[in-house]
Amino acid sequence: MTGYRAVTWNEPLVYQLGRKGRRGSAIPAAEEQLKVKVGDVLSKIPEAMRRREPANLPELSEPEVVRHFIRLSQQNFGVDSGIIIGQGTCTMKYNPKINEALARSPKLTEVHPLQDSSTVQGILEIMYRLGKLLCAISGMDEFSLQPRGGAHAVLTNARIIRAYHELNGELEQRNEIVTTVLSHPCNGGSPAVAGFKVITLYPDPETGIPNVEALKAAVSKHTAGMTITDPYDTGIFDPCIDEYVKIIHEAGGLVAIDQANANSLFGRLRIGDVGADLCHFNLHKSFSTPHGSHGPGSAPIGVRRHLSKFLPVPTVEFDGKKYRLNYDRPHSIGKVSGFFGVIPAVLRAYAWIMTMGAEGLHETSEVAVINNNYLLGRLLKVRGVALPWIKSHPRRLQEARFSLQQMKEETGVGIDDVNRRIVDFGIQKCFTSHEPWIVPEPFTPEPPESTPKEDLDTFAEVLRQISQEAYTNPEIVKEAPHNCAISRIDQSPSRDSKKWALTWRAYLKKHK
Amino acid sequence: MTVHRYIPNSDPEVKKELLDEIGVKDPEELFAAIPERIRFHGPLDLPHGMSEHEVRRLIEGLLSKNVKPDEMLSFLGAGCWPHYVPAVCDEISSRSEFLTAYTGDAYSDLGRYQALFEFQSMIGELVAMDAVTVPTYDWATASGDAVRMAAIASGRREILVARSTSPDKLSVMRNYCGRLAEIMPVDYDHQSGQLSLEDLKEKMSPNTAAVYIENPTYFGFIENQGERISNIAHDNGSLLIVGVEPLSLGLLTPPGEYGADIVCGEGQPLGLHMSFGGASLGFIACRDEEPLLSATGHRLVTISTTECRGEWGFTYVLPERSMYAAREKAPSITGTGAALCAITAAVYLSLLGPNGIRELAETIMQRSNYAMKRLSEIRGIKAPLFNSTHFEEFTVNFGGRKTIRNINQALIKHGIQGGKDLSKEFPELGNTALYCVTEIHTKEDIDRLAAALKEVLK
Repeated sequence: MTGYRAVTWNEPLVYQLGRKGRRGSAIPAAEEQLKVKVGDVLSKIPEAMRRREPANLPELSEPEVVRHFIRLSQQNFGVDSGIIIGQGTCTMKYNPKINEALARSPKLTEVHPLQDSSTVQGILEIMYRLGKLLCAISGMDEFSLQPRGGAHAVLTNARIIRAYHELNGELEQRNEIVTTVLSHPCNGGSPAVAGFKVITLYPDPETGIPNVEALKAAVSKHTAGMTITDPYDTGIFDPCIDEYVKIIHEAGGLVAIDQANANSLFGRLRIGDVGADLCHFNLHKSFSTPHGSHGPGSAPIGVRRHLSKFLPVPTVEFDGKKYRLNYDRPHSIGKVSGFFGVIPAVLRAYAWIMTMGAEGLHETSEVAVINNNYLLGRLLKVRGVALPWIKSHPRRLQEARFSLQQMKEETGVGIDDVNRRIVDFGIQKCFTSHEPWIVPEPFTPEPPESTPKEDLDTFAEVLRQISQEAYTNPEIVKEAPHNCAISRIDQSPSRDSKKWALTWRAYLKKHK
Repeated sequence: MTVHRYIPNSDPEVKKELLDEIGVKDPEELFAAIPERIRFHGPLDLPHGMSEHEVRRLIEGLLSKNVKPDEMLSFLGAGCWPHYVPAVCDEISSRSEFLTAYTGDAYSDLGRYQALFEFQSMIGELVAMDAVTVPTYDWATASGDAVRMAAIASGRREILVARSTSPDKLSVMRNYCGRLAEIMPVDYDHQSGQLSLEDLKEKMSPNTAAVYIENPTYFGFIENQGERISNIAHDNGSLLIVGVEPLSLGLLTPPGEYGADIVCGEGQPLGLHMSFGGASLGFIACRDEEPLLSATGHRLVTISTTECRGEWGFTYVLPERSMYAAREKAPSITGTGAALCAITAAVYLSLLGPNGIRELAETIMQRSNYAMKRLSEIRGIKAPLFNSTHFEEFTVNFGGRKTIRNINQALIKHGIQGGKDLSKEFPELGNTALYCVTEIHTKEDIDRLAAALKEVLK
């Protein structure tokens, strides 16, 4: 239907390419005079610490390396490749090329993080300005750019919640964090890594959101805070969010609101106005920085004034003349990663906000939400597709979580099959759901603002065709893929330590 | 709002078509789920949007205030090292199929899975371990994950860490450990810098989950006692974690051969630009044993086969461990990590090959040792401070007359960025800086540094 033919190279592993003696690098040799002066440095390495055998790396010439990795890239599917709107919760929007060009400037790439601040005023200014822009967008008071992904941001926020209660002498007592099951899993996972006991609220079957009474019952003198995603990955905005904040505050806790789904909120809601004490944005989602095949992302955290002193060090500060990194913050939680964050992403996000401006951000959310509701209407016409909680929430914000349960029951074809089939059409698979699957046989498309109407129609049309296949000739779907670089994968190494091999050396030991 | 170039459906005609189909007149109706009492009615306090040309001028203008190495000779390392990045690395890392993808299955994203498996394989060879995870953010966070793994796998609650480790890394470890384990420093010998085995033995207890050492250490020298430390740890039922700088492994014994159970390290030297410390990857390797692998939350790509003979397939091992599935029961955080950096590192290591990495490590070691010799000829300088063998970084002690801050300020006037000031992190070392010399520094560069320091110390 789309006329797509997958690129199929049957490319060997890099270890199966090249031959002994080939090389893809020329290493600068030390000058003769220098060598004479230092003598045989290798003999200084104590015997036991001298590598006996050269590392078993592949031996390829430069053209072979280039061809190998170009072929691998051709068998990968990004935003630039085609329709990727099935991958909800990820906000797979267009990553502007100008931002790539700017992020590759040697004036950024060749700069060392510990250089004297007088030599890095430009990048410090960009960091400082991005922090201010994020404050304006969120209504928060101060941002740290150090966290490198969403889960890392929630961990950082959980550490700040700890530090806050510790300073108040209540840490021993306040050891519980409340979250909701439809929040991103890191809202439960990261606070647990930070040492909290986690209480998870489930949604009311009728409304898809937790019951306020359930939250009231969950809070106590042990409550340290709440970590919650709003809007949810179901595309439902939890309208009780300010009530939760009130309940948690009255119990003496803090609230961190995960803004991973902020793409629908620009200019409509500032999370600070809800009363959030902490929040985070994913620059690789709402702010257009590329996902890089699963990182590096970037997830700045925002806090209200009363928590500023706990932010990770260093912070970027400006005295009216010069920018500097400030490490002298006695209440800081310290460091959560090596330097200052994923700075190339910081630069790209700054460029994106400056490109869009206030009107552009407003338009971003408007069109993202229009796209989603248009697609929602089209998908509901596909046989076997249902939208849980449709009565309470017939419209959704940035994305929607559908269920193929009916199709599964009627045809035996479920979401895993559909996901193997949809890629035959040159459309990236759908995100299902984080676990637990509250919605059975789930899929979660999110068509961000950069999606043309034509793509929305193609996506809906392909799902309609797959549904038709499921109801008339389900084997086509179950045996998929038919038009991909590889056939169905043997999943058994996933759970069998005798079979799995995480490295080529392990594979050779186990399988040869 | 005019039609925006990034927003195809901002075209009023298309927008109306979509709204008609949805059955609403005003798009604001679609935001009705947000209660009025918390609704923001804007406008956002942001500037107006810009054309591409204006944005380019703005950002290039800001970046022009930065000074880069070809304008200033720099000797900074300390966790982010200046190395030559081959053009091939940039070519592959800017391929938009990799750059703009996220998390498809191997059917649509075969390239990512295969490249990650190749990355895991090459790191496995460097460190001599059979299991390697999909990497995390950087070395500091990888060390945090490594100590969590040890605490979870052993059920013990104390981690002994060489005190020659960067305090920033200790801070990250503590933030990663929560209530799970306590980070306890072990002293180093003040002559050699080597881990004090006496202090180690004294601090070992039935509650010791692991011993964490680095090789080369933060101070740049080779820790010679890997095997002895390993024996002490293992005799106590504790694990050995070794943090490494990967290029050194072109010359040094891989930790897997002296008893490491877990290895972590920084991948930035493997074809990644410094980018103000922003482009890094933290790798984690371990013995290929289920209890250890179950104690990490990171994704693990395994090679597999498909229904079609001769085809490689890939999938994830024990996916139920990860935070995506296990939520608060997950052993560590996981999420959007550093895959593009790992793909780039795989390209870099494929280019280097077994001979390239050995030659590169040798050149680095020759140049840094030359720098130590040249600097130590200057009156008032002791370089290095520790009498051990150094790889690419070394301590430079300037005695009592001038602070490192003063010296570095004076060097800037010579167009030179001096080493990292250690005087706050390690007051016991006095006026000491950490210098880094790699393959990019020529003899002339080093001689220039020596001449400038001579002048500055006059």
